[in-house]
Amino acid sequence: MPRTTESAQHPADTDTAGLRSRVRDLLAAHDPATTPRDTFLRARFDAGLAWVHFPEGLGGLGAPRALQSVVDAELEAAGAPDNDPRRIGIGLGMAAPTILKYGTEEQKQRFLRPLWTGEEVWCQLFSEPGAGSDLAALATRAVRDGDSEDAGWTVDGQKVWTSQAHLARWAILIARTDPDAPKHRGISYFVCDMTDPGVEVRPLRQITGEAEFNEVFLTGVRIPDSHRLGAVGEGWKVAQTTLNNERVAIGGGRIPREGGMIGKAAATWRERPELRTHDLHQRLLGLWVEAEAARLAAVRLGQQLTAGHPGPEGAGIKLAFARLAQEISGLEVELLADEGLTYQDWTMTRPQHVNFTGRDAGYRYLRAKGNSIEGGTSEVLLNIVAERVLGLPAEPRTDKDVPWKELAR
Amino acid sequence: MTERTAEPENPEQAGPDLLYSEAEEDLRAAVRSLLAARCDPADLVLRTESAEPYDPALWKSLGADMGAAGLLVPEELGGQGASAREAAVVLEELGRAVAPAPYLTSAVIAAEALLGSGAAADGETGRLLAGLAAGRNTAALALPWSTAPGAPLATTVRAAADGALTGRVTGVADAAHADVLLVPAAGPDGPGLYAVDREAAGVTVTPRVPLDLTRPLADAALDGAPARLVAGPDEAEAAVRRALLAGAGLLASEQLGIAEWCLAETVRYLRERHQFNRPVGSFQALKHRLARIWLELVSARAAARAAADALATGSQDGPVAVAVAQAYCSPVAVHAAEECVQLHGGIGMTWEHPAHLYLKRAKADATALGTAGRHREALAGLVDLPAPAG
Repeated sequence: MPRTTESAQHPADTDTAGLRSRVRDLLAAHDPATTPRDTFLRARFDAGLAWVHFPEGLGGLGAPRALQSVVDAELEAAGAPDNDPRRIGIGLGMAAPTILKYGTEEQKQRFLRPLWTGEEVWCQLFSEPGAGSDLAALATRAVRDGDSEDAGWTVDGQKVWTSQAHLARWAILIARTDPDAPKHRGISYFVCDMTDPGVEVRPLRQITGEAEFNEVFLTGVRIPDSHRLGAVGEGWKVAQTTLNNERVAIGGGRIPREGGMIGKAAATWRERPELRTHDLHQRLLGLWVEAEAARLAAVRLGQQLTAGHPGPEGAGIKLAFARLAQEISGLEVELLADEGLTYQDWTMTRPQHVNFTGRDAGYRYLRAKGNSIEGGTSEVLLNIVAERVLGLPAEPRTDKDVPWKELAR
Repeated sequence: MTERTAEPENPEQAGPDLLYSEAEEDLRAAVRSLLAARCDPADLVLRTESAEPYDPALWKSLGADMGAAGLLVPEELGGQGASAREAAVVLEELGRAVAPAPYLTSAVIAAEALLGSGAAADGETGRLLAGLAAGRNTAALALPWSTAPGAPLATTVRAAADGALTGRVTGVADAAHADVLLVPAAGPDGPGLYAVDREAAGVTVTPRVPLDLTRPLADAALDGAPARLVAGPDEAEAAVRRALLAGAGLLASEQLGIAEWCLAETVRYLRERHQFNRPVGSFQALKHRLARIWLELVSARAAARAAADALATGSQDGPVAVAVAQAYCSPVAVHAAEECVQLHGGIGMTWEHPAHLYLKRAKADATALGTAGRHREALAGLVDLPAPAG
């Protein structure tokens, strides 16, 4: 693949001024008004301006991560196209950091550029019907095709809650390679080709009526050994990198008051005086205060990250967000009285983007139920806070040192 | 003392600075170290039933020697010229130690009332303020401790043309030990704020038995007590409101400190305490309760910092930030203290263990300067979420 030599012109110059100068060079060489989107994004990647904290040659410059906002703001101001990060969030947020940490040089060169430009969409084949919070109990099998060191793998099993699977070119996949080992030690991590004939993707319809997610059935799927990430049996460790990067979107301290679900309820309250009751008023004010406090906590977390002092508060933000989204949307259904008894449309659709504050109050109420389940249930997150932040002891466990095949399922 | 930690690389970052500056962290370390040495919880339990619930030596070290009493007062008026951000850090530490010191009442509320009365360096009000700022004297605003910043100001005291005050104010925090009472009163020309020496003739201050043993309450009866006008009809009400707003906003930081101690102490105890052959803290039912308190603390800290920053910068958003901080932090401190007592089990119910001091302070703080409900009602007007008509 062609690489520009722009990074060589500014060897150590990765401070704010240096980055601005690189952005100017990029814009000068590739006018966003006339350059096709993919071409511009490839050039941006090659200039090291895709994710500045990545290494040189892989879309970055080894610069501090906090400086990415400088690049993004400059390019946005110049009207440059972005890579539609919401569409490729799994790739950017989860697959990329894992490939960077555990991938071979060949894997990094092959996968990262089209991942970042969005030419190749990624999905995540982790959760299974029998392995949700207890992900390490997963039962999808990967069996070696023969005894040689670099023999490929055949994969059979079922994955679930896979967003973007119907659009994805690649998947990050964890599968059991040694059922005789204790559950955390018998897993390996792969890159799975979603165009393999053994991959079947079916929409998974949810309580809102639509299908954001998929079930993925894997039947005799072939994976070459060169698409394994990390050592055989080390998949759980590799997966921790993926899961630790499942990030909460915190926007650099610019989160407006009433920006989320509370804004919807407050707007209805202001526009519809005939719906107001004293009980709803008390509850709305209480939730408004809690939403504002949670917003300030998110702003504060953003300020900590910007100042280079990330704290453990991220887990707290997700927990608070989920509970408030549920309570506020529930209040809104009640506030709307007769109108709250109706629902816009139950037709099964496949939304490109999920919008938690979109559609009507009934949709918001139902979709918010997922907020305390997806990306770690609130119950598991409370355990994580208790053990990792507060340092409380773990519960005694019976599943850690037993061969996986002997566990109750 | 007001240097900011926000990243200068991010100029478009708007809104309050919710972090702690290095100077603020240094101040915290100094106050914490003083309190660790001089304000042991076991001694506190004993002191609450002694004749001297306040520790004058501690107040001298904190207020005078360390200069904390003058943080809100400009240097030209004898103070340190810092801001509500630094005072908030002091209050976090005082809350964490449930320290019996008249900081909130004198160094914050009384000082703000005098600043709002146009204190000048060469005037009598300025001299009074300088005394408070230096930690030499203390003053108390003579209003019931439950008074919210937006509440209608009761005029239970009348001032004669010569300034003599007659009337009665009940439930005034720290009045029994203050050198000076700042009394809102109805004067001949309208509402005024008056200063009267607590030991002056015609002043009778009667201590009450307080729910919160670490913040004494007293009733003040005034019978022709000689007083001096501090703020006249044009300034008095605004000065009192300013004082109550600062007090309520910074009380949130005290409440944050209370909740922090309760969580940390409960976590520490539950890691050590064994029942059923396990540390009690390994039971998921208890871990989730503690994790929820931590979660509330994360938001409480942000809300308290936002209020302190708004007061420090004189932001237009001050009344909203203060109401949010009080409406949020009051129940958090109470929740943390109640869980602290419950999760300690039997020992938490004893007089010997200091948990009850925190519970009593937290519960009293939830009424002080307006309940959470009053602050939510204030928000209805401030952020346009009106009550139903009729």
